[in-house]
Amino acid sequence: MPVDINFLVGGEAGQGVQSAGFLLAKAMSRAGYHVFADQDYESRIRGGHNFFRARIKDGRVGAVREDVDILVALNKETIDLHLPELAAGGVAIYDGETIADAGADKRLFSVPLEKLAGERLMANTVALGAALALIDYDPAMLDIVLSGYFREGKVAEGNIAAARAGYEHVMKGYAGKRRALKTVVTGRRMLLTGNDAICLGAIAAGCKFMAAYPMTPAGSIMEYLAAKSGELGIVMVHAEDEIAAVNMTIGAGYAGVRAMTATSGSGFCLMVEGLGLAGITETPVVMIDAQRPGPAVGLPTRTEQGDLQFVLHAHHGDFPRAVLAPRNVEDAFGVTIRAFNWAEKYQLPVIILTDHHLATSYATVEPFEIGGVNIERGLIYRGEGAPEKYRRHEVTKSGVSPRAFPGLSRALVVTDCDEHDEAGHLTEDAATRTAQVQKRLRKMVGLKQEISRPFTYGRKKAETSLIGWGSTGGAIQEAVDILRREGRSVNMLQLNELWPFPTAAVSDVLGVATNTYVIESNATGQLARLIKTETGRDVSGKILRFDGRPLTPAFIAEAAKKEGC
Amino acid sequence: MVELSDYSGLNPTWCPGCGNFGILKALNSALVELNIEPHRLLLVSGIGQAGKLPHYTSGNIFNSLHGRPVPPAIGAKIANRELVVVAISGDGDAYGEGGNHFIHACRRNHDITYLVHDNQVYGLTKGQASPTSDTGFVTKTTPSGAAPPINPVTLAIAAGATFVSRGFAGDAEHLTDLIKKGINHKGFALIDILQPCVSFNQKNTFQWYRQRVYKLPEGGEYDPADKAAALGKAQEWGDKIPIGVIYRQEAPTYEDQIPALAGAPLVTREISPAQVENVITEFL
Repeated sequence: MPVDINFLVGGEAGQGVQSAGFLLAKAMSRAGYHVFADQDYESRIRGGHNFFRARIKDGRVGAVREDVDILVALNKETIDLHLPELAAGGVAIYDGETIADAGADKRLFSVPLEKLAGERLMANTVALGAALALIDYDPAMLDIVLSGYFREGKVAEGNIAAARAGYEHVMKGYAGKRRALKTVVTGRRMLLTGNDAICLGAIAAGCKFMAAYPMTPAGSIMEYLAAKSGELGIVMVHAEDEIAAVNMTIGAGYAGVRAMTATSGSGFCLMVEGLGLAGITETPVVMIDAQRPGPAVGLPTRTEQGDLQFVLHAHHGDFPRAVLAPRNVEDAFGVTIRAFNWAEKYQLPVIILTDHHLATSYATVEPFEIGGVNIERGLIYRGEGAPEKYRRHEVTKSGVSPRAFPGLSRALVVTDCDEHDEAGHLTEDAATRTAQVQKRLRKMVGLKQEISRPFTYGRKKAETSLIGWGSTGGAIQEAVDILRREGRSVNMLQLNELWPFPTAAVSDVLGVATNTYVIESNATGQLARLIKTETGRDVSGKILRFDGRPLTPAFIAEAAKKEGC
Repeated sequence: MVELSDYSGLNPTWCPGCGNFGILKALNSALVELNIEPHRLLLVSGIGQAGKLPHYTSGNIFNSLHGRPVPPAIGAKIANRELVVVAISGDGDAYGEGGNHFIHACRRNHDITYLVHDNQVYGLTKGQASPTSDTGFVTKTTPSGAAPPINPVTLAIAAGATFVSRGFAGDAEHLTDLIKKGINHKGFALIDILQPCVSFNQKNTFQWYRQRVYKLPEGGEYDPADKAAALGKAQEWGDKIPIGVIYRQEAPTYEDQIPALAGAPLVTREISPAQVENVITEFL
């Protein structure tokens, strides 16, 4: 029987929900299982209700599931909220000595977490050991995982002892409730979040500069690159605000290093001014918008895909840009590298749209292949000809003018946020203005050639096509599996390149299926609108979720059936 | 040797008699005297009449958005520490739209020089009050008179800048010396320049300034390293206005404190995708 176990660790902020959940995911990954884990937390430092879901499979997994097999309740609220989610055969671990009023549900199993921990601080680690004992996890492997996480010393020893105490308590007392899993160790996979994958993509792409202002859910990107700064030779500037961040990034891009910034929607609002500056000065820059529900502060620690139409149109005037949206953690690595290549090859801003769900969810991924990483820096002036003849914005057939880097040759690199002539000096001449606008827009012709075939899944001819973009790729794919198992004719198309728009690929799908539904985490169907403007076609319906929670396979499958799939 | 002819550019579109001409002359002289070749120089300007200055001289030029010359100047300096980076603003650009960038650049002590053409009025938009307009200054947007001004010198010292000075566009020789000192200073160097606007500021004219400015004595009589004295001197405004280096201290620059910046400039370093392999192992 295939393994598909859903763990949920819940408690209040400060109880170690995140670390216990991550260690559980790490332990299962090290044992060779595939893992997908998401985090649900509130915008506060202490208290509230947080949970970490880790879904374990012996095959690929790309989405969360609502029903829980093993619930780890670190407080009473977790029992109240999540006991009803227990699947058939599911069990819940809690501390009956600290939660006296848990009720008499037979699926509740008390483990004296605090007593075994000796102190409240490590109760979460005791719970981790207890939860893993329920699936007969190898305790020696757990020691290795804990040593790796807590490093050496007393903290590691204390946590190893705490986990062991929880583990042994369950091994002794709950023989009938345990479920032995076969060991499937098949070689090491990475366990990382979408933000981690973006960091690795940026490092592989040769990003040397980042400036940003902390904002959930993008903050871990700046923290990670700041931590790696000395080792990797990457400078991360914690700027005074997002306006400074994007302008610093543009300055670094102008000076010739690969540069990026990362924020969320309302930080991107502040960066919009800089977006156009990059556009008119033809400066390569990578901007990450890790979306969260808006408008304004919205739901700061939750997920949404509400910025698509915004980033497509942000800023005034006409200028080229590219918009990418990785469809899962693995894809985020390659998409980030592509973003840096496109930014330099076409000398324009490239926006990567992720969201809270992708940014903070963990997934197991095969180690990234570095051999396949291709660095394309585009046309670069390396001192050919007389330096005084160099013109930064020379009008060319492709619209791309060779870039010189200030200080590296005698050529002067002149550019202006005013309209400028080929030499970069400001001008109001009508013919020059027309030529420069056209030159910049011509870059889209080349960029369109770079667009690849979007991800599709299922038979080419199906009655129903589900169309999504970005982080929902895994959930939609599993929804297709669910619907097909029920005998329905369904396939899917998932876009990770949104601008330039893959018109031909989308038109093909729309021309075949009887029913076409967009699946989006927003209230209005922003992709549906884009499809309409770019292909002239309407979709049959929209399956939308905008309560801040991630789209799940079951949610999508149910909604599709309601639509008549 | 660098000559003045190396620093020629387009013909200025400033009003005849504009204070900006004195600043342009002083900057060119300073660059020549420091023997900085134009290709080693990066001028980053904002929007306003001051922001046009780079086009009227020579060098690498990034003419940036209103209020934003400092952030791209910082990004470019970090990308290539060998560039001589001079940011150029007007008073609206620096202290209005760009106020937040200004105080944080002071605080972080980036190794750039900042020339602020301070004419106490908005020129390019035709005569509205600026953040440094004198109290009560009546314009179309301040019919009841402007609110009290920002004192850029006090603000810069308080924000942690390590070189804070004031120059006068009507004394190009003195200003040349200040700009040279600012460029040679390791860290963030502010040169706030009193610059008469002949079109829109009929109060703070060349004559008005000439009657008031005096040069701070050098060589022990005034000690710019004394922060308390400098803050006192910064308050002087009215019948007498001091020009010169008002505050100076030695402190590590932002760039000096970034280990990743030790060695060759970032822009000259090779891109090596294999660099990520060591990092990948952390996630296994």
